[in-house]
Amino acid sequence: MLSKKQLFSRGMLDIAPHMLSVIPFGIICGAIGVDLGFNPYLVYAMSIIIFGGASQIVFLQLLSGGASSLVAVTSVGVINSRHLLYGAVLSEYLEKLSFIKKLLISYVVVDQGFAESNKFFKKNKTEQYLHYHLLGTGITMWVCWQIATLAGIILGSFVPEELGLKFAIPLTFIAIVVQDLKKLDHVIVMLVCGISSLLFFEAPFKSYILISPVIALFVAALLLRLKK
Amino acid sequence: MTWLSIIIAGILTYFTRMTMIALVRRDLLGEKIKAVLAYVPSAVFPAIIFPAIFINDYGAYIEMNDPKIFGALVAIIVGYFSRNVIATIFSGLLSYWIIIFVFLS
Repeated sequence: MLSKKQLFSRGMLDIAPHMLSVIPFGIICGAIGVDLGFNPYLVYAMSIIIFGGASQIVFLQLLSGGASSLVAVTSVGVINSRHLLYGAVLSEYLEKLSFIKKLLISYVVVDQGFAESNKFFKKNKTEQYLHYHLLGTGITMWVCWQIATLAGIILGSFVPEELGLKFAIPLTFIAIVVQDLKKLDHVIVMLVCGISSLLFFEAPFKSYILISPVIALFVAALLLRLKK
Repeated sequence: MTWLSIIIAGILTYFTRMTMIALVRRDLLGEKIKAVLAYVPSAVFPAIIFPAIFINDYGAYIEMNDPKIFGALVAIIVGYFSRNVIATIFSGLLSYWIIIFVFLS
């Protein structure tokens, strides 16, 4: 049985490698906001209030491109709707927490944190204080995201554009799913999701990020039925 | 006005995070749904990976010989065998840099 502190540090350790892509991305995010002409306080406040990488950039780009607030807000909602799926998966492990603790821990659920904690949870179902792992991944992400976006806002993009560090984002997610390439059913689900995302990329409100997982999960359900 | 939009977007985002964890009882989800949920990472992350590789900043598909495709393939191979996140990200970036700085410059 691991202690709360051990689980928390394990979470920090598991998420740490992803900072290789999260920190440059945060710097770029902050710098883009200021570049687009937004008030620096406003750009930074988004990192606390929304705390969702890609959706923050999309929000500012839409507004600066002349889109209405309604379109910008809707897009953020649609992009971040994937958290509903993360929550559905994590709820199994967070069931025993009090309502207040559930409300608090929800704030730090992010893509990479969900992925790493979910992997850990699957292997360590019997641990009593599992949620401390999620706190470890989530809080590490939060702190690094705050520092990185702040750095981007204050210093501008001191990451040279030519390095193409935005490319680190898909690489982080490749690292997350790459082990599942061993399983044919997962490969099919991944391809369906990826190809759908390219086909629906132009759909309004960035909804490809919601449409493609729904299609992929539908295919996953079909595969499960075939397996039986 | 922008401030108000940010606050609404923030509340909306928080609800996407909190709803399934705090408001929906897990017993309400049937066994079948739980089995499907095991595919969530595979069903969600490619929607971030594919556009970031195959679509450029201007919303157009990239050419088949784009260095990002090579970088991604290297990352997949290194990641598959090393099971290491840093090695995956770094090998992808490095092979991408080698192509753009050594071969294309």
